[in-house]
Amino acid sequence: MAIEVRIPTILRSYTGGEKAVEGKGETINDLFADLDGRHNGLRGRLVGDDGALNRFVNVYLNDEDVRFLGGIETPVSDGDVVTILPAVAGGGLDAAPV
Amino acid sequence: MVDRRTLSAVLEIGRDVYDAIVAHARRDHPDEACGVVAGQAGSDRATRFIPMANAERSPTFYRFDSMEQFQVWKEMDARDEEPVVIYHSHTATEAYPSRTDISLASEPGAHYVLVSTREEDTVEFRSFRIVDGVVTEEDVAVSGLE
Repeated sequence: MAIEVRIPTILRSYTGGEKAVEGKGETINDLFADLDGRHNGLRGRLVGDDGALNRFVNVYLNDEDVRFLGGIETPVSDGDVVTILPAVAGGGLDAAPV
Repeated sequence: MVDRRTLSAVLEIGRDVYDAIVAHARRDHPDEACGVVAGQAGSDRATRFIPMANAERSPTFYRFDSMEQFQVWKEMDARDEEPVVIYHSHTATEAYPSRTDISLASEPGAHYVLVSTREEDTVEFRSFRIVDGVVTEEDVAVSGLE
């Protein structure tokens, strides 16, 4: 058993075009570190220098946004499905709100 | 990776979908409106209009609600669809991608439609490809025009 991770189109360059890959770990953070071992650079697209989830990436554990769970430290277990979707955002002013 | 050369240089869109996007933008003015038009994967035909909530409820920013986006993306997957058009409005500036729009664009296969509602009587409806930070405007062909 493993954790299935669904990869959005824009990040499939890191997974050789695969729509879903498998990984393991105790938390989302562990899982992303594990994935980065095989898909070098992927973690850097998901996690900022401060170690938190990138603001404009949505990560879902099964059917929940992990921001409403424990963020990057949300526990995961075998059989879970993690979905990554880039946020769809923008706007008429050139500075994003803080 | 999306090969820019294979992307069509025109957005073909039905009059009903075009009108629905403009009506949504007018309705939510002065806040920005946003949404998706889904179509069969690979067809480049924008057929299923899906207005989305702007979670920011802001005149200068938009963001899809993360849970609504999750549901809509799952539904598109199940129907073998993709987001052919991603649209939003600018309410005080021109219908051209801002730096924020460009840096956050994350669907390289989509037509990014911008509608400006700054003028009450004039419709500004433009379409762009945004791939790797490069903006390319394309023609908009509305079918069903009388």
